[in-house]
Amino acid sequence: MIQFEKFILSNGLRVIVHQDLSTPMAVVNLMYDVGARDEDPERTGFAHLFEHLMFGGSVNIPSYDEPLQMAGGENNAYTTNDLTNYYIQLPADNLETAFWLESDRMLSLAFSKKSLDVQRKVVCEEFKEHYLTKPYGDVWHKMRELAYTTHPYRWMTIGKELSHIENAALTDVEHFFFKHYRPVNAVLVVAGNVTVEKVKTLAEKWFGDIPSGEKYRRNLPQEPEQTAARKQVIQSNVPLDAFYKCWHMAGRLDRRYYIADLLGDILSGGGSSRLYQSLVKEKKLFSSIECFHFGSTDAGLMAIEGKLVKGVQIDEAEKAVEAELDKMKNELVSASELQKVKNKTESMIAFEDMSVMSRANSLAYYELLGDASWMNFELEKYASVSAEDILQECRNIFRETNSNTIHYLSNN
Amino acid sequence: MPDRKQAPVIVDAVDFDLRLKHAEKIVLNNGVEVYAVNAGAEEVISLEWVFYAGNWFEEKNLVAATSNFLLRNGTRQKTAFQLNEHFEYYGAYLNRACYNETATVTLHCLNKHIQELLPVVRELITDSVMPQEELDTYRQNMKQRLKVNLKKSDFVASRLIDAYVYGEDHPYGKYTRLDDFDLLNREELMSFYKQYYQQGKFVMFVAGRLPSGWQEMLNRYFGDLPNTAVAMNPMSMQPVAEKKSRVINDAEGVQGSIRMARPFFNRHHPDFVKAMVLNTLFGGFFGSRLMSNIREDKGYTYGIHSFLQNHIHDSAWVISTEAGKDVCEATIEEVNKEMKILREDLVDEEELLLVRNYMMGSILGDLDGPFQIIARWKNIVLNNLTDQYFYDSIHTIKTISAEELRALAQKYLQPESFYELVVV
Repeated sequence: MIQFEKFILSNGLRVIVHQDLSTPMAVVNLMYDVGARDEDPERTGFAHLFEHLMFGGSVNIPSYDEPLQMAGGENNAYTTNDLTNYYIQLPADNLETAFWLESDRMLSLAFSKKSLDVQRKVVCEEFKEHYLTKPYGDVWHKMRELAYTTHPYRWMTIGKELSHIENAALTDVEHFFFKHYRPVNAVLVVAGNVTVEKVKTLAEKWFGDIPSGEKYRRNLPQEPEQTAARKQVIQSNVPLDAFYKCWHMAGRLDRRYYIADLLGDILSGGGSSRLYQSLVKEKKLFSSIECFHFGSTDAGLMAIEGKLVKGVQIDEAEKAVEAELDKMKNELVSASELQKVKNKTESMIAFEDMSVMSRANSLAYYELLGDASWMNFELEKYASVSAEDILQECRNIFRETNSNTIHYLSNN
Repeated sequence: MPDRKQAPVIVDAVDFDLRLKHAEKIVLNNGVEVYAVNAGAEEVISLEWVFYAGNWFEEKNLVAATSNFLLRNGTRQKTAFQLNEHFEYYGAYLNRACYNETATVTLHCLNKHIQELLPVVRELITDSVMPQEELDTYRQNMKQRLKVNLKKSDFVASRLIDAYVYGEDHPYGKYTRLDDFDLLNREELMSFYKQYYQQGKFVMFVAGRLPSGWQEMLNRYFGDLPNTAVAMNPMSMQPVAEKKSRVINDAEGVQGSIRMARPFFNRHHPDFVKAMVLNTLFGGFFGSRLMSNIREDKGYTYGIHSFLQNHIHDSAWVISTEAGKDVCEATIEEVNKEMKILREDLVDEEELLLVRNYMMGSILGDLDGPFQIIARWKNIVLNNLTDQYFYDSIHTIKTISAEELRALAQKYLQPESFYELVVV
């Protein structure tokens, strides 16, 4: 059980306090309810570019990093398709420095031209480093465009194309900031060696006078149900043929999400998992194969990704994958196989919860989803999944008409 | 209304009295040393078996790494599948890794399952058989993985720079070619396994909420293994003659992987800890000179870092970044400029205090939790140091002067002593 207390400031900022006196550190985690899915299709990559700009100085403080480092702190941030998260770890004695810094950049950024010019370039280099220079680096761009016709999960957080980032203007930045980075759209978690009283005082002092802002009402175009299989073949200068297939699955708040999570673990994720044992070890069709899902808040994708053994025909490999999926659709998994993936989940949660940072992050995420206390019921939800659930959900997900396939073929 | 222009008062991290939590040391019946940190709130533990079985000891490329990998792929009693299933059923993570001097087996699990898992870890150490079929599959899949990696400029650059600094025959400098996989044979692997695992020498590191009676438990399963001393022969470095290289790996690449490196000493050298402070200032954290200039001012790269390699015998001081293809030369020029500034100008007190506070805060944060504490101890033990090294480091961070840092830069941060490589 993760204990916490929650209160809401008059401007709507939700504050969660999680005390852990075994550490000398404090964690301040500020999560904003905005991700790449909230972007204009003509200005993609913006939420992420924006995350970079958050370090370019705020209205009263020219440098964000320096004072934090001076206080012995470290910080970082990440953007997903669903949200943007900023986190700081620092000696608990210097907690107020984190409040000072985070509240000032929520109050207003400096909107410096120089910062925008530099960070545009930095993000373009990040784009190249992660997506352009790596073999198969563009495959998830292509897969999202194939699998989503309508929902903004169609693009990656880095953006659809470099030009969207290159063309970002300062007015876009300001508009985005005042729409999304407001107290009413954020969750603040303070964890570690802290007291509720102290956090209340500091939150009131530093965040209390920031104008509430308008609650962002998300109204995204929903993805219609897929009715026919989609396929794409890519010929490229890669060393091996690779197989990618994705199916639509339920969103984060649906009970079926937990079923999908476990069935993914049955198929892949360990040396005794089905796809690995059958297709890598026994049939020797793939040199590696994984099954995973995107962990999206809205309805997401379940994916199978594998590199083929040289000389194996991709249609043969795909058939073998389908044969494994057919087994899942037609035979109940055994009690011990189901127990295995439940045990794995239990252990994974226990290891994640070791770090204060990770606990703070989870609390913020569940609060954004609806209620921080849901964090404590995750294990129960996994425990309630039965072998019949797995079978039904496999039939539901792994339908050919629900599938998107990419054959990424080597042309050498 | 708070005064937002005014930073809150801080406690300088440099004034913290940092202590490294003591690790209990026990010795098993066979002389195996076990270091333990019994702490933490979650019911989890980690155990690590560190064998002197790294690539330092192999006579042929890949023998150490492959025998380490195949430890989990079959014993006299169980197939690879059964072994994996056993660990995975209990939600445990059984990993192995091969380094230069050492090779490890690690187990992470919920402490309630430990009794079920230790006997099987023992089996890996005493009864692995490395089946031919497992070797063949491994060989084929690793060759394929290498082919993919060889397309990546960062992978190629990191291999080459080590080969330049240490020489291709040195354990720190050698790298794998596709042919090396073909030359592997099962008999050599088994013989390596026998000498360095079955009969070999190992040390253990355990941490987390240790179950009561853990000492007896470890003695029962691991206290009768041979634990024979192994000889570590010295290896000489044979660096290449040419300091500057430009390599085209992919003519259509849009970025260059830049690596600059110079040989450096190990942790026993009196300049090592001081160099850690200078390195932090130079390129060791987000606020470093290299990051501020080359990322935050010029926007040439997503990130640039410098670091001292964590090797036991020798080390190297490395600068590493991926930069736009057309700004690679400009990036190197800026790196050299930053070295020059460090050689010529004294760092001002405020920036130095920032580096001290950052380093102290980062150590404080890093000592959070039993797994992090045991990792510190492992570094101390495997490098033949004592916890005095920890306290000396803290002392150096707190007291090193601007003059000492400049003198150090004059001694080591000379562009002509660096190997310089760009791979596109």
